[in-house]
Amino acid sequence: MSVIDETGLENTKATKIEQAATGPISQYHLRIEPSKGWVSLKLRELWEYRELLYFLTWRDIKVRYKQTVLGATWAIIQPLMTMVVFSLFFGNLAKIPSDGIPYPIFSYAALVPWTFFAYGLQQSSNSLVMSANLLKKIYFPRLVIPISSVLSGVVDFMLAFLILLIMMLAYGIAPTINILFLPLFLLLAFTTSLGVGMWLSAMNVQFRDVKYTIPFITQFWMFATPIAYPSSLIENALLRTIYGINPMTGVIEGFRWALLKTDTAPRSIIIVSSLTAVLLLISGAFYFRRMEKTFADVV
Amino acid sequence: MIMGDIAIRIENLGKMYRVGGPQERYHTLRDSLTDIVSAPFKRAQSLLRGQVYGAAGLHEEIWALKDVFFEVKQGEVVGIIGRNGAGKSTLLKILSRITEPTTGSVDIYGRVGALLEVGTGFHPELTGRENIFLSGAILGMSREEIDRKFDEIVDFAGVERFIDTPVKHYSSGMGLRLGFAVAAHLEPEILIVDEVLAVGDAAFQKKCLGKMDEVAGEGRTVLFVSHNMAAVSNLCSRSVLLSAGHLIFDGDSEVTIDHYLNGEQIASALTIFDESDHNDQREALITHLQIRDTHRVEKLTFSIGEPIRLEIGIYSDNAISDPQLGIGVDNALGQRIFTVSTRIQDISLPSIQGSATIVCELPVMMLAPGRYMLKLAFGAHLEDLDVITGIAGFEVLATDYFGSGRLFDARQGVIYVTPTWSFHQNLEIVDEPAQH
Repeated sequence: MSVIDETGLENTKATKIEQAATGPISQYHLRIEPSKGWVSLKLRELWEYRELLYFLTWRDIKVRYKQTVLGATWAIIQPLMTMVVFSLFFGNLAKIPSDGIPYPIFSYAALVPWTFFAYGLQQSSNSLVMSANLLKKIYFPRLVIPISSVLSGVVDFMLAFLILLIMMLAYGIAPTINILFLPLFLLLAFTTSLGVGMWLSAMNVQFRDVKYTIPFITQFWMFATPIAYPSSLIENALLRTIYGINPMTGVIEGFRWALLKTDTAPRSIIIVSSLTAVLLLISGAFYFRRMEKTFADVV
Repeated sequence: MIMGDIAIRIENLGKMYRVGGPQERYHTLRDSLTDIVSAPFKRAQSLLRGQVYGAAGLHEEIWALKDVFFEVKQGEVVGIIGRNGAGKSTLLKILSRITEPTTGSVDIYGRVGALLEVGTGFHPELTGRENIFLSGAILGMSREEIDRKFDEIVDFAGVERFIDTPVKHYSSGMGLRLGFAVAAHLEPEILIVDEVLAVGDAAFQKKCLGKMDEVAGEGRTVLFVSHNMAAVSNLCSRSVLLSAGHLIFDGDSEVTIDHYLNGEQIASALTIFDESDHNDQREALITHLQIRDTHRVEKLTFSIGEPIRLEIGIYSDNAISDPQLGIGVDNALGQRIFTVSTRIQDISLPSIQGSATIVCELPVMMLAPGRYMLKLAFGAHLEDLDVITGIAGFEVLATDYFGSGRLFDARQGVIYVTPTWSFHQNLEIVDEPAQH
């Protein structure tokens, strides 16, 4: 029944409640005050809300696979098709070197973490605006929203990674013991994605322009990252290390090193990349927390 | 413990919003050009400093809440009343930590559960079962807690048969029931409830009120916002009255309600609705309500029997075909006096795109003197697109309608009736119906 048809409110007979006896005194005490300037990250509270983080991540994954016809296949199609295009144009036509690895697997090993990063970046940047209704109706640590958006990409990553393993099998490339480091590089991609995502999502609440810049950011970033080409194109070792300021350089070189055993000795790149990623994460988190108080009023 | 039995202590609470002021006028082309160039930098600068409002170049300040002090004891059930825009929702949003105050502080002793909406966090693609877990987690329940209460929630909502059906296939009533069922099983020490009872049908509202009653009876602290004065006076022993952001009365519910009904002046014949008035669907908006008499003179107070003209502004970006409008008129106690709608009269309006005004001329009505509240619902194809409740509408004055020198008294009922009287010394009792 809709409101227009409604005939009226029925007066409910409810007995009036006399003031009840004093209940048990609660141990919880909360003080609400205006905050000024930079505020603490409240990581403990975030931890207390880990179940919500789990449920929101689970919702994002579930809804996406429910709403699309091809469902899980999308996770594979995107990096796979990009790999085909790259192999054709950069590998076959432009004859870009690939550190002695077959070009398709060289580029696909980079596209898998890249897709995870780009998806996380895009989802988290729009996450607050998409959750406007929640922001206005209920309290929870707002950081849960961008974090769950990035996390929801992990399932896609797993699927695309499975294809990578199959491709390696087909090309007869056996993974080495270095594969044990892979989760660390995934974590590095996660950190970068979330760091940037926190900056952009908080800005996006205020300026919807941000939404339109995201495709550009990811596109430029992609070409600034050694996905279609190897970082060994840069011969000067110092310059290569500086190249690591782009944290995704560390992720990609790390992936190739861990899986394909490329001989690019990426240690210094990875150290620089990790530092930048951590810096992005921390600054993003503080900026996010600082802007947080305005979200519900503005979004 | 020194804090004793205080559950909530509010001190000097204030919340300021900045709203768009008049745009600055550019004097010369050069000025505007330099502004175009420098504005993004200014904006970027203020963005980094965290001055979001300054960033958008807005300046007018509005205090939605100012100098508010009050305390709530543990186990107390307190009503918060006031007309739209008085600051009730802002107060609840601060107490539930959705937004931060600009001044002052609140101390809360106890775990807070806020219920500002029914079905918070529901996702239409997910099944009822999945949504119970999702919404429960969003409202602050642990998974173990939801597991334990799951059957009870399903039972309360009465949706056993559809528990594995996506919520998008639910009727709106079922969705509401499920949403409320989840929220009703929250067990916070302090419960904050907004106008959630304004949705749904009478049976649903009865169920909600019953549950509220139960919660209050368990000795938990409840803050309850409503436009339904009957519900407030039934549930709450104490109420506070807000007006234009200030707490203007605090006391026994009956006395506070009296103050509200008698003391509150209806501010203007033109009510422009803001953000907080609308529901969350934004396909179309009811933008304003203008009350006039039939000579199109703006007016708020009418004599008994005087026709009233209501002009309702609608705005929609997309074309809305087959639009419908409903108006409910409640008396000051929240009792529905009558409802009119284009749907029930089967009146078809042309499709609406952009702004439009729908005019409803109410004929001679014999309403008893008093204040009347309006509820507006705009929709299309049996669906509500925007609903606004609790609008302080018009006032009917106790005029000497019959010219008898006597005034109508509220105890005499809610409508005037003017019968035809006659007197007969020896009225014949006729068997046959009178001839026409």
